[in-house]
Amino acid sequence: MNSITEIKNLSVKYGATVALENISCQIEQGDFVGLVGPNGGGKTTLAKTILGLLSPNQGKIILFGKDSTKFSDWQKIGYLPQKHTSINPLFPANVGEVVSLGLLSAKKRPKKISTTDWKEIDLLLKDIGIFDLKNKLISELSGGQQQKVMLARALISKPKILVLDEPSTALDPKSREDFFARLEKLNKEIKTTIILITHDTGYVGKYANKLLYIDRKLVFFGNINEFCQNGENISSCFEKKDNHIIWHQHN
Amino acid sequence: MELIQILQYSFIQKAFIAGSFVAIACATLGIFLVLRKMSLIGDGLSHVSFGAIALGLFFGLYPFYIAVPLVALASILILKISEKARVYGDAAIGIVSAIGIAGGVILASLSRGFNVDLFSYLFGNILAISTSEAVLSVILSFIVISVVAFFYWDLFSATFDEEYAKTTGIKTNFINILLTVLTAITVVLSVRVVGIMLVSALLILPAVTALQVSKNFRTALVLGGLFALISVLLGIIFSYILDLPAGATIVMLNAIFFALAFLYKKVT
Repeated sequence: MNSITEIKNLSVKYGATVALENISCQIEQGDFVGLVGPNGGGKTTLAKTILGLLSPNQGKIILFGKDSTKFSDWQKIGYLPQKHTSINPLFPANVGEVVSLGLLSAKKRPKKISTTDWKEIDLLLKDIGIFDLKNKLISELSGGQQQKVMLARALISKPKILVLDEPSTALDPKSREDFFARLEKLNKEIKTTIILITHDTGYVGKYANKLLYIDRKLVFFGNINEFCQNGENISSCFEKKDNHIIWHQHN
Repeated sequence: MELIQILQYSFIQKAFIAGSFVAIACATLGIFLVLRKMSLIGDGLSHVSFGAIALGLFFGLYPFYIAVPLVALASILILKISEKARVYGDAAIGIVSAIGIAGGVILASLSRGFNVDLFSYLFGNILAISTSEAVLSVILSFIVISVVAFFYWDLFSATFDEEYAKTTGIKTNFINILLTVLTAITVVLSVRVVGIMLVSALLILPAVTALQVSKNFRTALVLGGLFALISVLLGIIFSYILDLPAGATIVMLNAIFFALAFLYKKVT
């Protein structure tokens, strides 16, 4: 197995507030990691540090063998942020344009979205089932449709790692099932490494092979079955081991 | 008077050419500024240009040569104040804008000689633009439009979702500085077209008009430029025929286009 994300003694602070303290773990290619923890426990901070949005105060992150501060192949990492609801309602960008933004990391200036790129975008939109929305304004879509567009934006560069921050909150139950089935397919068939931030431990139990549980410090990192022994349901494990994590039972 | 005859006057031709370039540059930048909720940076920088022009006149230098670099520096100062001093962007604009106006007023008071010149910049007059000013306006506007075209996708991405843009390797701090410096240059050029008092209208109105009716980002940029261009060309003609101030006429035409776009959106 290849380690594609190595977190070494990572500490991150916001001013004097410690958000993460001395986190270390190693994520292998093809891992499906459930990143869980209580609100304010540092899940999003960790994801943002992996993505290069925040700088470590101590320690480092190695991405594909390179220190994250020197890493430049950002097309290898797809990101689906939590706050898609903050889309500016005045912004006149259509779905095709928004998805094309996911290709920019691989482009040299003057950046250009080629005919081949647009064909790739069309294929992906068809695959996700939103091709009919291609020319619609992003601001006119429902929360669930916007989330699918953002997933397409994250996937268009064919990333090796996909970081998802609470991705299923805007989705109805059917779309949520489809969404996780897609993640599972990406993970199993093309070995995309998935780092999923969620409070839904039911989905973590169903799809993830590893659990990264943080509460500013590392609480647990390892295989799910090491966290839940004797074949116990993961939500029950959280209930027993740490009742301050917000969890939901997946039906 | 026949339109053909009007178009033969060299001052009208200069006004058409310079005004067209400046208007397109304003509308292009205006789209990004409006969507980033930075519309009032144009207003703030135009006030700084008042101080910078006063400084030029005070030392007997050509005002635009002083105003372009000084207003560009002021635009960076606005960004730095809001970043480093933990001051909201609109407050940072207010601080720099007030310094610009205060500086201009003090210089005007000290000189006692150039008040008429300085106050002519408040309302602009594109019909009185000199050949060298027209050439400078065309060159700088062309540079502004070319830089926007070169960084189009970076500007688009950073405006749509700055955090996501960073994850794709876009240096958003650089893009923010680039946008404000380009705005600073364009504001100084616009002072001659509509005057210090109305510069922000040239940045905001064509942009908000285009945003009313556009179904994608590229169309918004094209329509914004088109509305600005038509307003400037018609504004120059109407102001000459009706003997009205050119800058105010251009702004009123932009406002009429906005009202029409708003009504069009309501009925469609």
